[in-house]
Amino acid sequence: MLLSLYRSLRDYRGFILGSVKREFQSRYRNSLFGALWTVLNPLSMIVVYTVIFSHIMRARLPGVDDGMAYSIYLCAGLLTWGLFAEITLRSQNMFLDNANLLKKISFPRICLPMIVLLNAGINFAIIIGLFLGFLLITGRLPGPALLALIPLLALQVIFCAGLGMILGVLNVFFRDIGQFYAICLQFWFWLTPIVYPISILPEWVQRLLQLNPLTNLIGAYQNVLLYGQWPVWSSLLPTLVIGVLFCLIGLRLFRQRVGEMVDEL
Amino acid sequence: MGHIRVTGLGKAYKQYPTRWSRLAEWLIPFSPPRHRQHWVLQDVAFEIAPGEAVGIVGVNGAGKSTLLKMITGTTQPTCGHIQLQGKVAALLELGMGFHPDFTGRQNAVMAGQLLGLHLEEIDALMPEIERFAEIGEAIDHPVRTYSSGMQMRLAFSVATARRPDILIVDEALSVGDAYFQHKSFDRILSFRKAGTTLLIVSHDRSAIQSICDSAILLENGRMALHGKPEEVMDYYNALLAEKEGQTVRRETLAGGQVQTSSGTGEAGILSVRLLDERERSIDAAEVGQAVVLEVQVEVRQAVERLVLGFMIKDRLGQAMYGINTHRQDKALTDLQAGERVTYRFAFVMGLGKGNYSVALSLSRLDSHLDRNYEWRDYGLVFHVINNRQEDFVGSAWLDAKTSITRTTEPMVAERQP
Repeated sequence: MLLSLYRSLRDYRGFILGSVKREFQSRYRNSLFGALWTVLNPLSMIVVYTVIFSHIMRARLPGVDDGMAYSIYLCAGLLTWGLFAEITLRSQNMFLDNANLLKKISFPRICLPMIVLLNAGINFAIIIGLFLGFLLITGRLPGPALLALIPLLALQVIFCAGLGMILGVLNVFFRDIGQFYAICLQFWFWLTPIVYPISILPEWVQRLLQLNPLTNLIGAYQNVLLYGQWPVWSSLLPTLVIGVLFCLIGLRLFRQRVGEMVDEL
Repeated sequence: MGHIRVTGLGKAYKQYPTRWSRLAEWLIPFSPPRHRQHWVLQDVAFEIAPGEAVGIVGVNGAGKSTLLKMITGTTQPTCGHIQLQGKVAALLELGMGFHPDFTGRQNAVMAGQLLGLHLEEIDALMPEIERFAEIGEAIDHPVRTYSSGMQMRLAFSVATARRPDILIVDEALSVGDAYFQHKSFDRILSFRKAGTTLLIVSHDRSAIQSICDSAILLENGRMALHGKPEEVMDYYNALLAEKEGQTVRRETLAGGQVQTSSGTGEAGILSVRLLDERERSIDAAEVGQAVVLEVQVEVRQAVERLVLGFMIKDRLGQAMYGINTHRQDKALTDLQAGERVTYRFAFVMGLGKGNYSVALSLSRLDSHLDRNYEWRDYGLVFHVINNRQEDFVGSAWLDAKTSITRTTEPMVAERQP
């Protein structure tokens, strides 16, 4: 099963890479600033949040007492949350958006989630690259703990891909999933310590937020990028387990329903 | 390579009574199925040997496209198996997936990649794709500036850039203008010669009969007939006329051809004869001979209007000549039961050497689709021989009168006053 998936991905790598490239090109084809928009979008969000929370609401991070720290904290959470949101939102629509292609042309369907992952990956790489460059210039680049980003990102991709696959398949059969998840994502964002530090919450709410698999993951990013601290790996275990579980369920759903899917598009 | 085997193939779409029942079926473990299966294709089984060409015919909704989609793999069968050997190319929906903002070249690359080709392979095929599509400079312009014909040309060129082992064609024989239609048809024929297995859906009788070795007729999602193209097309035509509860009969003639007749039967054909100058019945006519096609019709129930038509077809089933009394303004009206009518069509045999058959129809109007009293294929089979005229090729005797002028002066001189 996995082997055949791998084989179709390998045989169609030309199509996958080509699609990624074309999608990237087409997004900026008729725009003057091109890829700059990829950066400007989250940048504006960061500015808004920094101004509102850091200056107007006087939010301060415990231990570090300058305005810049909050911006870095915010970036660490917001950019990685952006990756999560992009993968899941686009996965959810990947089969519907490509309905025409799916109905007319026979190709391995597993290419579609791959294209989504690669596209989101490229966008994220651009933005995190700029962010790290910014840290380097301001002399706030964390030390060796930066290497922790690699396993953290791997963990996040597993989690997102699994969840995305489930949403993508279900959305073909139950279009409510798309509407529901968009609302769900709003709550999820505010229930994850991204804009605020978890320490400002009462003890019992903090414990409650531990149930959110993204709390510790985003927290780990923030620790790495702001304080240069290595993550507490054991705290990420539940996220990994849930992520792998999502992947298994997603693949199972995909395999069971991929044939039926075309009839519903 | 190029072998197709289809066994017990069926396709059903699930129909749920309410939107919630699918959810219930998915979520409640061990629950009975809550959907109804709507079968669009059932019990389809056939085998196509490498290099064979098979046509699929049937009215709209008979399941032709569904069958092709399952063979190409876009739709999964509900039951049964499809075994394919070799590389498959499908001309189903040409130009699907073209992105309007990208150039023709970029889209060609993408379409190639969708077929599973690698970049180097596409690069190697590109000159040929450009040459065949004949869209010139436009290949580097965005596809949104293309006419639909240009898009089709490009799509066809990409899809057929490499000879597949199996080629599946759905009505795509009509690509672009007449010139490109010929060109694309020629390419399909050359593939066939080179050993590609062909599977074609078309309503074009001559296309099916000129390239296919056999044909499959689908009717209401089932295989109604699998046989020689002429035989299947005749049956299909009769079926088209069978809208008013008429019966279709098939009889095997002495020559091995299968005679198909159908109709409501208010009027029927009694006899068909080909007569020579001396009113003798013949089954072989000379090229250029004056002959008479005589048809006797019996009226069994009163009909308000009666039109007799005949069509002479060659051995491939291609129409040579057809006419009816409606078009000749000789339709009869108000016929009573028991009347007999004798029609005589006199003409000079202007056909070339070969075997021909005559199909006949008795109907109310110009077309046999409205009220079809009787439709009969192979009402008469005759030969044309050529002992009198000079030996010519082709199926039409145009009797060219030749005059030749020879001159020693240069041709240019003629133009000067």
